[in-house]
Amino acid sequence: MDIVGVLVLLLVCVFTAADGWRGLSSASSPRVCVVGGGPAGFYTAQQLLKARQDALVDIYERLPVPFGLVRFGVAPDHPEVKNVINTFTQTAHHERCSFHGNVNVGRDVSVEELRQAYHAVVLSNGAEANRPMGIPGENLSGVFAAKDFVGWYNGIPANKELCPDLSCETAVILGQGNVALDVARILLSPLDMLKATDITQHALNALAGSGVRRVLIVGRRGPLQIACTIKELRELGNLPNTRPELLLGDLEGIEETLKDLPRPRKRLTELLLKAVNGGDNKAEKSWSFRFCRSPVEVLAGADGKRAAGIRLALNKLEGSGENVRAVPTDQLEDVNCGLIISSIGYKSILIDPAVPFDPRRSVVPNDMGRVQDAPGLYCSGWVKRGPTGVIATTMNDSFDTAHVILQDMESGLLDLSIKKPGAQAISGLLQTRGVRTVLFSEWEKINAEEERRGKPHGKPREKLLDVEEMLQIAWSSRIMDILTFLVLLLVCVFTAADGVRTVLFSEWEKINAEEERRGKPHGKPREKLLDVEEMLQIGWS
Amino acid sequence: MSSSLVRVLLHRAAVARVTLAPHQTLRKTSALSRCGSVLHRQIRGINTFTLPLRTEEKVTINFVNRDGKKISVTALTGNSILDVVVDQNLDFDGFGACEGTLACSTCHVILEEDVYKKLGSISDEEMDMLDLAYGLTDTSRLGCQVCLRKDLEGMLLRVPETVADARVDSQQESST
Repeated sequence: MDIVGVLVLLLVCVFTAADGWRGLSSASSPRVCVVGGGPAGFYTAQQLLKARQDALVDIYERLPVPFGLVRFGVAPDHPEVKNVINTFTQTAHHERCSFHGNVNVGRDVSVEELRQAYHAVVLSNGAEANRPMGIPGENLSGVFAAKDFVGWYNGIPANKELCPDLSCETAVILGQGNVALDVARILLSPLDMLKATDITQHALNALAGSGVRRVLIVGRRGPLQIACTIKELRELGNLPNTRPELLLGDLEGIEETLKDLPRPRKRLTELLLKAVNGGDNKAEKSWSFRFCRSPVEVLAGADGKRAAGIRLALNKLEGSGENVRAVPTDQLEDVNCGLIISSIGYKSILIDPAVPFDPRRSVVPNDMGRVQDAPGLYCSGWVKRGPTGVIATTMNDSFDTAHVILQDMESGLLDLSIKKPGAQAISGLLQTRGVRTVLFSEWEKINAEEERRGKPHGKPREKLLDVEEMLQIAWSSRIMDILTFLVLLLVCVFTAADGVRTVLFSEWEKINAEEERRGKPHGKPREKLLDVEEMLQIGWS
Repeated sequence: MSSSLVRVLLHRAAVARVTLAPHQTLRKTSALSRCGSVLHRQIRGINTFTLPLRTEEKVTINFVNRDGKKISVTALTGNSILDVVVDQNLDFDGFGACEGTLACSTCHVILEEDVYKKLGSISDEEMDMLDLAYGLTDTSRLGCQVCLRKDLEGMLLRVPETVADARVDSQQESST
């Protein structure tokens, strides 16, 4: 019986594999490559694969691991947001989609080479640099870009040795967007709220010894312009043992403006007003917004090396609503703090000099995703519209770019009669350059290893931080896989011959269903079976 | 040659397994966490067996897709709108990205006013997510938070458009 099962599985495999090969060998298929394996890349690929049954899509990613900011940006205590990974994984498993990790486009292969090999190339490489504050003292120790700080607790390999000193009492975060609030929340959260997340162990250890008790979130504009979304503000307000320490004067007169605000802004402001009056006075930690202040200089301590404070200029606001401008006055204010995190935005970088780039806005100049003066070149996500918005924004934006590509295929703007070699040509190039890619199945090995390492700590995963180690696990001997398979086969044969019959997982599911059925009348999730014989009987029924 | 073949087979087997998983988990989490109370009522109903007709628990709901096309489906009470979209494989692009965990607004639907009122109060957390939805209206809800009941028979749901120019781009520097 078990052997039959294995054979059936084999047959199924052969059929699905043959199906995949058929897909790959079709001659006139449009071949598209996506640069960047984050949400923008995956959502663009998803839409292309769905809308055109003949499209072949290859995703190139610089790191050996996929998912971009879903893995490296989304806060560890927001695991729900990471559910999008399930959809991305489905896309990666699609028979007409291939993931090629560990390929640095711009260095290992040029965009021009990709354009030669594909009918269309989509730039979805996001925004990986941070906007500098451009003030004296910015490089003192104790000053971090939010991008790096987030990368440190989220496991970006390049940030693994950040080692921020968290011994000070006051931390200042510059910027009032969601990233700023994420950082504030991570700094103030009780350890219990973080230790079962996928936060890196080194960050968890550092936070365990953190002396930070007070977090000031500084914005250049007023309370009606804060850039965070309401969910993040609510979470901050709900942190245990932490109280808001807002200045009443800052919010004066705001109540009267409420009725004219659009609903999202109105609700956000109402929550802010509620925070002023709320809070547990016995709380040991606090957070606060400081409005209408721009950083002028990071002040060094006695040693001249470490940040000991920040000088802020008080701004006056000009204009109204969302378009209010902050104009600095000559009034200054010094705030003592040992940790400064600049969260004033991400920016895209130019990955290849051949790609048009708008250095002022740090985006690829485009019209609805069509890159200016570059037929066959497209863009989606942050590199297209700048680093703003939530995942749904990037999803819609990527779907839009995919639709534009599909339109261009229909209209003949993209000439599909020219046969393009696609991944075959690029793989050849990469091979000659000594670059070995990480396939999605190889990422799955890394994934399994991360999950295995997280288990003893009750974490969903312990992220690998070292690229070399990732590669080693990804490329671990293929022979081992085959051996495992053969051993499994042998075990099946032996147990069958020996008179020992195993219970397969699908058979356990029968037991599971029966237990749930029996629990139902009692309002219980399940009524556990207590008799092994009965279990076997149901399992093998 | 044979070794690579085995690898491909192994990989395909993995694919076959994984592609099934998300939908299954999706169904479970959303149905249990959001529509729990309704489920319990349903279970009690089955238990008393006063009305053996299963049709008692079926409702017909009508979607109007982004392209204006009307889709009518029959679904069981106790399921959320998101459950229905997933179970019946309705092709709404990007619907339910966070799989019913109140972490996105992609299952945004627009209801008729009377149905909206009938459904009663909305949690702050749902309102927070709706605030980020494109084309927010006064009768907007998240599909993952609306549980089907018998009295919603014939309800009409509009799946809003997500065109780029309808977007209000605030200065959110967000990854979440």
